[in-house]
Amino acid sequence: MHPSSRRAATAAIAVLASFSLAACGGGFSSSSQSATTSGSASANQNPVTVLIGSSGDAETTSVKAAVAAWSTKSGVPAEVKVASDLVQQATQGFAGGKPDDVLYVSTDQLTGWAKNGSLEAYGDQLANKGDFYPGLVSAFTYDGKFYCAPKDFSTLALVINTAMWKEAGLTDADVPTTWDQLAAVAKKLTKGKRVGLAFGPELQRVGVFMAQAGGGLISSDGKAQANAQPNIDALTYVKKLMTDGNAAFSSDLGAGWGGEAFGKKMAAMVIEGNWITGAMKSTYPGVDYKVAELPAGAQKGTLQYTNCWGISADADNKTAAVDLVSFLTTKDQQLTFAKDFGVMPSVQSATDGYKTDNPTMVPFINGAAYAQNLPAMAGAADVIKEFNSQLAGLKSKDPKAILDATQTDLQAVVG
Amino acid sequence: MTTTEEMVRARGPAPAPGSRRRPGFNRQTAAGWLFVSPTLLILGVFMLLPVAMAAWVSVSDWGGRGSPWGSGVNFVGTQNYADVLGGRGLAARDFGTAIRNNLYYVLLVVPLQTALSLTLAFLVNKRALRGKGFFRTAFYFPSVTSSVAITVLWLFLFSASGAVNAVLSWFSIQGPNWFQDPRGLIHLMLGGGAAPPALAQPGLFGISAWEWLAGPSVAMTAFIFMAVFTTSGTFMLLFLAALQAIGEETDEAAMVDGASTWQRFWYVTLPMLRPTLFTVLTLGMIGTWQVFDQIYTGSHGGPSKTTVTPAYLSYEAAFIAQDWGRGAAIAFVLFAIIVAFTLLQRTVLGQADPALPSRSQARADRKRQLEVRNGAK
Repeated sequence: MHPSSRRAATAAIAVLASFSLAACGGGFSSSSQSATTSGSASANQNPVTVLIGSSGDAETTSVKAAVAAWSTKSGVPAEVKVASDLVQQATQGFAGGKPDDVLYVSTDQLTGWAKNGSLEAYGDQLANKGDFYPGLVSAFTYDGKFYCAPKDFSTLALVINTAMWKEAGLTDADVPTTWDQLAAVAKKLTKGKRVGLAFGPELQRVGVFMAQAGGGLISSDGKAQANAQPNIDALTYVKKLMTDGNAAFSSDLGAGWGGEAFGKKMAAMVIEGNWITGAMKSTYPGVDYKVAELPAGAQKGTLQYTNCWGISADADNKTAAVDLVSFLTTKDQQLTFAKDFGVMPSVQSATDGYKTDNPTMVPFINGAAYAQNLPAMAGAADVIKEFNSQLAGLKSKDPKAILDATQTDLQAVVG
Repeated sequence: MTTTEEMVRARGPAPAPGSRRRPGFNRQTAAGWLFVSPTLLILGVFMLLPVAMAAWVSVSDWGGRGSPWGSGVNFVGTQNYADVLGGRGLAARDFGTAIRNNLYYVLLVVPLQTALSLTLAFLVNKRALRGKGFFRTAFYFPSVTSSVAITVLWLFLFSASGAVNAVLSWFSIQGPNWFQDPRGLIHLMLGGGAAPPALAQPGLFGISAWEWLAGPSVAMTAFIFMAVFTTSGTFMLLFLAALQAIGEETDEAAMVDGASTWQRFWYVTLPMLRPTLFTVLTLGMIGTWQVFDQIYTGSHGGPSKTTVTPAYLSYEAAFIAQDWGRGAAIAFVLFAIIVAFTLLQRTVLGQADPALPSRSQARADRKRQLEVRNGAK
């Protein structure tokens, strides 16, 4: 672009911006139109902005380094912005017609933003599309379209305090593989105020038992089945663990989450995701632990959580954005991310490398083979929240009544 | 006003008496408009326009992308309002729960903070009090601290093993796990049993009478303490200013008449404080119905949705669930509730201004006048 014409363009943007400030609503549509036209021009050099919600300095530094490396390689300027409240900042960008080009998108947010057209469905343009775990691809598929590349993922597993394990006279051979064995070791590990097993009072943790019983809120053909028999069995089992005094919600122990209950030695075992290892290292370095796959009920089951690299439909430079995402999801780059801030790579080709680098984390990544996604259609988050609000009182409630109420709510959103 | 008129008159011949009233566009009105235009512009852009926009969003299907006034956004009538106010769906139940939580919050916070701030104002207004300045500052201090900081402080104080429970344990009381305890206070007083069948049926907004009667949850109670603690200082200041405006002569006159301390407070001081009382109650009510930041920082509506308030629900519906129409509709219903409560309060308190007697008082006055006149005859 010629310098003077660029100055003219800057002036035009400034005028447009001041106009949109004065007229608020009127300005939005015109600026979003200009964004779309420039976005469709091929090989443009518009800078790419990346909005991330960082877990800490390690993640910020690592993502910045990776984006800078791509910027040098491609010659497109790029900038990483760390959001303090990602959803709110992204939402403002979408509403204002000037969103950041690339951003973290959780499965919960995907539906809303895909439905209102804020996100670009670029998944099929990726060369490494077939390399992602199928379960993650389906988590980011909405209305039959693969929207965005899974960034990384987490699964839940059983985290065991090794000192308490030994103290209770248990060996490696006693690691539970069935529900009965889990109940038995939880009983042995319960001592005084300390419970054998703890987990958060939410579907996001307790849901593993539903998956193991062969249930889940949504059936494989997409119907609501909250009050199906496997789910009732799962909650009944959890209720029994709790009324026997061998298991408790982390909140009932006075902990904010399972990791805190585990780190403060209020529980000998917790059901948590791989993020717990970071907390153990930084906050509770004195607690020794090991990780095991969750026991099986009728089948093996766990839950997985993931974020993707979303690209805004109004992005200034979509071609470059897709190129950036391809770069960020390569096997090597994902293994670097895994090393820097402890996430699990979303591509299958990186599995072996990850296992070699992180032998203690193997149970987590093994979960990928049988992990379920929580329902994420529009309105599902509200249903899950309502379920969680009922779950807190599980000890004194009828599991079937809770699930019946959830079924009614779920049917309204599944349609 | 008089000075301007004088200036105008001094400059030229006085306008004909008739022309004064004609709404013509002379230089004076032009200047008037010119002077108010910055305020009008700012109010228009930052208040009227956003309110109009929100009103439109509440009756549209805008999804959060681009301008709400752009193409592709459709008018859906009262659909969003019907979802929130009618039916027994999740949206209505959530709204009902939020109203219940906030209603108990208002009913407890407003009287408590008004009583406490009035008491504090009396205490620091005493002439005999030493270190008056210190106490005034100390009581006002929570009000100038950011509510986020106080909320974080509260989370520590009221945690399961926090300072509050430690103090309770000196008296052999096992404190609850405050911010994780969803049990309602009234339910607890009744012994915490299951709902009687008569009250278990879904009622208003799909919430059973038993749930309506739950009372504030233990978690909400901690927020109630916090609101009383933080806002009393501000209102103490208002009462203090009003007390000082009354002056000592009135009090002394009442003393000469032989009124006791209690009588002086009840029959002399309090009636004179009525305008301030009305202000404090109204401000308190508006503030408590709009409670948001404490919930956002402290509990996110948990445990078991017992600290969800309409303001927080509106935020969640819009920003988290991307259901913007519902979020805007909740905000407007909340607005209506606040207006209704303020009007109700106005009626209950009679007229705010003691200079204008309330209707019942005016009637009594008229009756007395009549009696006096009849007696004179």
